[in-house]
Amino acid sequence: MQFTIEVGRYNPEGRYADSAIPGEPFPPPWDRAVPRRYQTYVVELPEHAVVLDALIAIREQQDESLALRCACRSAICGSCAMWINGHAQLACKSKLREFTKNGKTRVEAPPSMPVIRDLVTDMTPFWRKHARVRPWLENKPLPAGPMEEYTVPNEAMEELLQEVSCISCGACLMDCESFAVNKDFLGPQALAKAYRYVADPRDARHRTRLAELSDRHGVWDCTHCYECVQQCPKGVAPLEQILKLRRLAVEAGFTDNPGARHARAFAASVEHSGRLNELTLMPKSVGLFNVVGQLKTLPSAINMARAGKLPPLKHTKIPGVKRIRAIFERVGGRPK
Amino acid sequence: MKVAFYSGCVSKGACPELYASAMKIAEPLGLELVELTQAPCTGAGVLSEQNPEVADALNGLILAMAEEIDADLMTICSTCQGVLAGHNHDLRRDPRRMEKVNAAIADQGFYYHGTTEVKHLLWMLVEDIGLERVAAAIRRKLAGLRIAPFYGCYILRPEEYLGLRERPERKTYLERLITLLGAEPVEYRGATKCCGFPMITFNRDVSLGMAGNHLLEAKERGADLLVTPCPLCHLNLDAQQPDAARVLKKKIDVPVLHLPQLLGLAFGMRPEELRLDHHVVPTKGVLEKVELKV
Repeated sequence: MQFTIEVGRYNPEGRYADSAIPGEPFPPPWDRAVPRRYQTYVVELPEHAVVLDALIAIREQQDESLALRCACRSAICGSCAMWINGHAQLACKSKLREFTKNGKTRVEAPPSMPVIRDLVTDMTPFWRKHARVRPWLENKPLPAGPMEEYTVPNEAMEELLQEVSCISCGACLMDCESFAVNKDFLGPQALAKAYRYVADPRDARHRTRLAELSDRHGVWDCTHCYECVQQCPKGVAPLEQILKLRRLAVEAGFTDNPGARHARAFAASVEHSGRLNELTLMPKSVGLFNVVGQLKTLPSAINMARAGKLPPLKHTKIPGVKRIRAIFERVGGRPK
Repeated sequence: MKVAFYSGCVSKGACPELYASAMKIAEPLGLELVELTQAPCTGAGVLSEQNPEVADALNGLILAMAEEIDADLMTICSTCQGVLAGHNHDLRRDPRRMEKVNAAIADQGFYYHGTTEVKHLLWMLVEDIGLERVAAAIRRKLAGLRIAPFYGCYILRPEEYLGLRERPERKTYLERLITLLGAEPVEYRGATKCCGFPMITFNRDVSLGMAGNHLLEAKERGADLLVTPCPLCHLNLDAQQPDAARVLKKKIDVPVLHLPQLLGLAFGMRPEELRLDHHVVPTKGVLEKVELKV
């Protein structure tokens, strides 16, 4: 079967999206930032071939200058994550047939990371984030003395199965929408990894980790867009681990930050009136005594008031709100 | 067609123009809206993060209310759609969770059997109402307008909650509708991206950077306006647009319409009926292009 592959090639004059253009505080979307050159190849391969087969065939038979990274070819090593038709995928796991759109497959380095050459992404930002969460166990003192083994219940390890499946391919970070404009964000992979240690009963740094993760660029920098859940080839579902971390951090008392204030104000509003109170949510999240923060939101409030879009000053409760309060009471989810 | 109508909080709060326009278009589409006025907030994913059991119970309650009416549950918000569909998906697959929910709502006289289907208006237009019926309601083609679709995360991801594996075409409905109404859909990356709204209260500049980038990209691709099925996206793309422009140091000025407003325009309704004057970014330019005045 014939497949047409369009490969994004190295362009020494191209700017890369990881460095914001001078004078612009945010990196713009990829195709505006980088004039990228695409080269088209036609390859003959069996119907069941994957994208990586095509790239290797191109390198071996047509163009030995094509640079790519791969190793295991079976979705275990995590080397070949790249952008295929605009989303991060493992090239070895993506069937050409499924990824042929308008008669071709477009393969390129992801826009959110620096590029070394062609399809070879510079993974430095990824590994820095990974290291920042100290991805190793720091044992509590052994309960039965230094010569004994540390036993944990099976269930505690089962809880971690999802997180330990991570192969560090970086697909989640490559498509992370928050990271696209916020390079300091720890990102989905590092945070899912962090949860793996936070939830391990043997780890001695539980509270310290939660404190660090509640800090700037940690769990509260996630925008909840589900791209990481969608792109992860191993079902790690990083967003779900981030949400668990947020909950544990709030439970551990790390609530003096806008993210935690937002979550609590939200819950309180639903419990009180059955619905969201948009008017008080913003100031409560920003922090009532954060004058600078409050002032920053003022222009948009004025714009909304002018357009007649400010929520009614008197927040109305839904009919039958008693029912909602009773459920909060009964299920015990009262915000602390 | 009878539907259990779930308005969501924002259409009754900061985006009253969404509620008004949704009510307007129901008649020409033959929709009989039975509004769930006693239904609570879904928790928008925030509640399920901090109080998962409560979020389960509240969503179970909403689903049970729709079940009593014996009609599909119609949402007009991508976020409500995603959260309700997510809880519905989980409850149907986990009998123990379902049991807990039913224990929590039993005192209130409700029981959820798991039969409710949650469908955004966008899906209903294509799958239940039918494009022929939509086409029959058109009184004024929106010819000459270039419209950029903006879906909102929760109507696209995760795919398994939303039935997108079985129905991948759901990811193209906005483009299909734009074409049907006589306008031209704009192709750009931002269409399926995050508007940044979930972080607007606690990570303001990042959130505005996201919204601004998508708006600018659509503008550079020649969009006259954006259309969205999600009022939360609308808040970040429209209400916060002047601030996003300030953060990006760029002029934007691209109006953003709610899906029912766009339909209403094509159905020949007057801009005031659709409350097109209640936007932060003026819609005047768009209306003039289709020879209308506010």
